[in-house]
Amino acid sequence: MKHIVKILVLVIAITALWVGLLQTSMIPQSHTWLLPIYFVVSLGCYGLLMVGVGLMNFPTCPHEALLLQKDIVEARDYLKQRGVDVSTS
Amino acid sequence: MDAQQKQKNKYSIIVPTYNERLNISLIIYLIFKHLRDVDFEVIIVDDGSPDGTQDVVKQLQQVYGEDKILLRARPRKMGLGTAYIHGMKHASGNFVVIMDADLSHHPKYLPGFIRKQLETSADIVTGTRYVKGGGVHGWNLMRKLTSRGANVLAQTLLWPGVSDLTGSFRLYRKSALEDIISCCVSKGYVFQMEMIVRASRKGYRIEEVPITFVDRVYGSSKLGGSEIVEYLKGLVYLLMTT
Repeated sequence: MKHIVKILVLVIAITALWVGLLQTSMIPQSHTWLLPIYFVVSLGCYGLLMVGVGLMNFPTCPHEALLLQKDIVEARDYLKQRGVDVSTS
Repeated sequence: MDAQQKQKNKYSIIVPTYNERLNISLIIYLIFKHLRDVDFEVIIVDDGSPDGTQDVVKQLQQVYGEDKILLRARPRKMGLGTAYIHGMKHASGNFVVIMDADLSHHPKYLPGFIRKQLETSADIVTGTRYVKGGGVHGWNLMRKLTSRGANVLAQTLLWPGVSDLTGSFRLYRKSALEDIISCCVSKGYVFQMEMIVRASRKGYRIEEVPITFVDRVYGSSKLGGSEIVEYLKGLVYLLMTT
């Protein structure tokens, strides 16, 4: 099954649930009508929250950059001795 | 048994290059430094770099041996996906490693990829920057924001089961790579995402290892401006076709 179909099925299921709620009036209709808006807003909040959390906990590795510089020096020395062209220009 | 298997396995490391005359020798040195007791070869697919990358590779062949470093050049820039296919045609190993030549992927992680594969007998081991032990260096806030946003969007829409979709430091069982690559049509960034999403849909076993990503030191970055639009198009394409 294509992935878009899975997502559409999910959307249809949620819509069906909503229509069901509208029909049975388990909760006041005026509230039910607003549910899709709550849904979209909470989806947006979830997205923003995930991006925010991800940004706050973004793993960085400044130490790795220093290690890499050392490796580069080591590699250039070794290769220069063996006649490999390691000039920067 | 692990040691026995390690001896049987051969790893072909495919490195596509374009104007990487300094980086290629550094990366070769580091690969040879960190891969001690495994059978491997490095296949360099150079797209006709005008800066003399191929001359440097020939010098490296003198140092490390022509059976260990294979230069399989192409006449001009022809894209990443076809570079892998081209390199794979010449690969004699049963596993293929794909990595960038710009030193943002450090060869010191290669033993970790191999170990993970042996432990789990995974079909694909992919490097991830977004977990503990991994990380990125040299990105500004905008780049981080775009990256996080793109990741959340893709995770929410595609449910790929992999935390880092656009990373390109990966180890593939050769048969798996051959199978997946034949149905991938995207370019650039999206290509990496398409590969891993298709692999996951096909039911290949995918494992992750943390890697760090240090943005390129030498040479200029090859990322274009319309990156985000391309990414969104790719996302829609994957939604429709996988």
